[in-house]
Amino acid sequence: METLERVRITVRVNGKLYTHEVEPRLLLVHYIRDYLGLTGTHIGCDTSNCGACTVILNGRAVKSCTLYAFMADGGEILTIEGLEKDGKLHPIQEAFWENHALQCGFCTPGMIMTLYDFLQRNPKPNEEEVRRAIEGNLCRCTGYQNIVKAALWAAERMRGGGGGR
Amino acid sequence: MSIIYKARPTQHLGKPVKRKEDPKLITGRGLYVDDIKLPGMLYAAFLRSPYAHAKIKSIDVSKALRIPGVVAAYTGKDFRGKIGPIPTGWLLTGADLKVPEWPAVAYDKVRFAGEIVAVVVASDPYRARDALDAIEVDYEPLQAVVNVEDAIKPGAPQLHEGVPNNIAFRWRLKGGEDFEDISKKADKVIKQRMVNQRLIPSAMEPRGAVAEYNRYTGELTLWVTSQNPHVHRLLLSGILGIPENKLRVIAPDVGGGFGSKIPVYPLEAIVARLAMDLGRPVKYVETRRENFLGTIHGRDHVEYVEAAIKNDGTVLGLRVRTLANMGAYLSTAAPGVPTILFGTMLSGPYKIRSVDVEVTGVFTNTTPVDAYRGAGRPEATYILERVMDLVARELNMDPADVRRKNLIPEAPYTVVTGLTYDSGKYLEVFERALKIADYEGWRKRQIEARKEGRLIGIGIASYIEVCGLAPSRIARATGFGLGLWESAIVRVHPSGKVTVYTGTSPHGQGEDVAFAQIVAEELGVSTEDVEVIHGDTALVQFGMGTYGSRTTPVGGGAIALAARRVREKARKIAAALLEAREEDVVFEAGRFYVKGAPEKAVTIQQVALAAYTAEKLPPGVEPGLEATVFYDPENFTFPYGTHVCVVEIDRETGGVKILRYVAVDDAGIIVNPMLAEGQVIGGALQGIAQALYEEAIYDSSGNLLTAGFNDYMIPTAREAPKIESYFYETPSPHNPLGVKGIGETSTIASTPAVVNAVLDALAHLGVRHIDMPLLPSKIYKVLKEKEVG
Repeated sequence: METLERVRITVRVNGKLYTHEVEPRLLLVHYIRDYLGLTGTHIGCDTSNCGACTVILNGRAVKSCTLYAFMADGGEILTIEGLEKDGKLHPIQEAFWENHALQCGFCTPGMIMTLYDFLQRNPKPNEEEVRRAIEGNLCRCTGYQNIVKAALWAAERMRGGGGGR
Repeated sequence: MSIIYKARPTQHLGKPVKRKEDPKLITGRGLYVDDIKLPGMLYAAFLRSPYAHAKIKSIDVSKALRIPGVVAAYTGKDFRGKIGPIPTGWLLTGADLKVPEWPAVAYDKVRFAGEIVAVVVASDPYRARDALDAIEVDYEPLQAVVNVEDAIKPGAPQLHEGVPNNIAFRWRLKGGEDFEDISKKADKVIKQRMVNQRLIPSAMEPRGAVAEYNRYTGELTLWVTSQNPHVHRLLLSGILGIPENKLRVIAPDVGGGFGSKIPVYPLEAIVARLAMDLGRPVKYVETRRENFLGTIHGRDHVEYVEAAIKNDGTVLGLRVRTLANMGAYLSTAAPGVPTILFGTMLSGPYKIRSVDVEVTGVFTNTTPVDAYRGAGRPEATYILERVMDLVARELNMDPADVRRKNLIPEAPYTVVTGLTYDSGKYLEVFERALKIADYEGWRKRQIEARKEGRLIGIGIASYIEVCGLAPSRIARATGFGLGLWESAIVRVHPSGKVTVYTGTSPHGQGEDVAFAQIVAEELGVSTEDVEVIHGDTALVQFGMGTYGSRTTPVGGGAIALAARRVREKARKIAAALLEAREEDVVFEAGRFYVKGAPEKAVTIQQVALAAYTAEKLPPGVEPGLEATVFYDPENFTFPYGTHVCVVEIDRETGGVKILRYVAVDDAGIIVNPMLAEGQVIGGALQGIAQALYEEAIYDSSGNLLTAGFNDYMIPTAREAPKIESYFYETPSPHNPLGVKGIGETSTIASTPAVVNAVLDALAHLGVRHIDMPLLPSKIYKVLKEKEVG
């Protein structure tokens, strides 16, 4: 087999600009994990079912195991590592900690990124809407109950409320 | 508050303290095996057999080797003699156990689809995958057998030489009166065949390993997705021929296990061998498809059940004949799961006078099974709780009344299978659960609903679980390869901060904070001042790991004892500091003082500093303040409880909706109710998933048709019902904390609770039993047959 062609991509990830030459077949999730060393984005399946690899691309949650890296060229990516602001946890992160919304934590970054997108579009969701929003993110530990609780708690915080305990 | 009956007041236990491990995990700073990247690291990829049963005539890797970036390629023959067979660690006594060779890489024959036949190593993972496509294997397909009832028939395809009829073992347990005799005293004997279908554990993190070898020091370091790194070290040391003190096994953050990360698999042995041979670090992480094919499955029983009953609802005896599908080989703990952990539990929380169980372990051309959450106990409880409901149907009784008739009122109680239950108020907890769930109210609503043509059902499951797996003498008597105990070091630093080293290896259970609470309770320090270290054989002396709900009762018990030993030494030092007699010194909330004079006290922190400055130590007292404990409990612990589930069946679709789910569990003293509740909720969904959704399906050729999340239905947030969790505390006398264990209870109870509820909704139509999973399609068919819907 000959050397595979490479394409040049430039992306802004968590506010930092990166340029790399990558194989066209390189998946975005591998770019994020292996080229950028941002290992908070996880790989739980190879079929886009589990959502552990969810990141924000140009403002919307995407499953980074289903996109090629070159498809993100010129784009802006937010990963779990970029969610803290000035050393302060994002309200969704805080909500997960407060409400025991994780056990093994493997699905957690993807779950949080999905909710990050969702709560921006729907700042005042009900429980049913939260459940629908995260149905593409599988969790095997928590039974989802506390994740839903955390999402509602975070939504209230983000609207300026005191948290929904 | 979720604790409805608290056994005794405590300072730090019973409080919902937030987890210490969360900050790293919610910010993406966890470290899972796949996150490890070492300089010069190579990537392995495995070629897996597409056939479930075939002879390997030849394998040609030469084309793979020509791909740029490919460093090496191997077939099974290359590993023969270099990697010992994958061992079985539970050599069931008295069962004529056959342990056929399980080669790490198949060399002459494959016995399940997904078995590894060749290995390539390349400079990057994409090239390693490319190389797999270039390997040519010439197979001679053989007829496969996937079903236990077929596998033991004369003329069935044979998997292993020297294992006639594919029978791995026959294990029998008879307790109490003879079943034939008791049947004569019975009014009826009811019979039912039931299937406990095969499940796939599906931890979100796939399995994997990274190995690094230093040929100059001879030390091999292995990062592995493990629930029990010391056990992995011990077994791999044998498989690889590396002395244990040169083998370091690290379980970093582990993304769920549910039993699937207990066994030793071919993959870690292969990766270790590659790192040694190639002199460079090597990584392998399975894909989800590989996880479904190559990581153990669970359950998979066919049961023939007979119950001898009286017309008043008394269950006198049970006879169970089980065919347990072991898959193609015997995985690490596999022989013990459908036998010791199943048969001994068959009388559950009931006063059954006769148990006669025979389990036949059967080889088939399927992925090996092993311990999956609950391991054996869900299968036993499922039988028993289905029997209780079948008795109710047979005698036209309320299922609750059948249970009232049979429940053991309270423990201690010795059952006919030989176990002595530790503590519990079984009947009281049963009644409480029914009251909280408003059982009587739902029965009334059910009648009303039926008038409107709605199908509402109420299911009950009472269970008892044997857990806190230890003690060694019992484990060894059953053929378990190791003792079962746990180790702990509690080390108080000069600053008064505490480090705990535990031999358990939690992977999501939150023991970092639970163990800190235990130390805080014993030493009066703050939970923030306690750090917990686990999962690294170089840091932790030894340990048996986390499974079988043993972490808090056995691991936590070891920590409590070590902390108490530290406290006794601290008391001696405090006495010297206070210039008092040791027996006059009182310890309270982290302070030592002379009886009757609490105002003049020294804190544990001051004592710690004095232990290290070592100028005022009493005679015979060594400097430093720490204790090591190896704790082997006297007996198991026995959590129990009652779960109540209410469902409604959609007549149009056959879909099941859970209207209410109440869990009342007695897991002894609750260390952290937030964590305990988390275990109950998550565990319940796993059990509900068995009842309603999950099933590993093979076609007759041995292809796994459910080899990914597209086809194997693990529930999403939309299927997950609200679980109401309550705890009733009766302390276990079998460990220093009075805890029992909570990791599996809910998985055990929820499956029969849901199945009973669904069948209760259909009972008036004359439906007696439907095998799991209770998919809409199955229920729809039944409704059509009964001309409903």
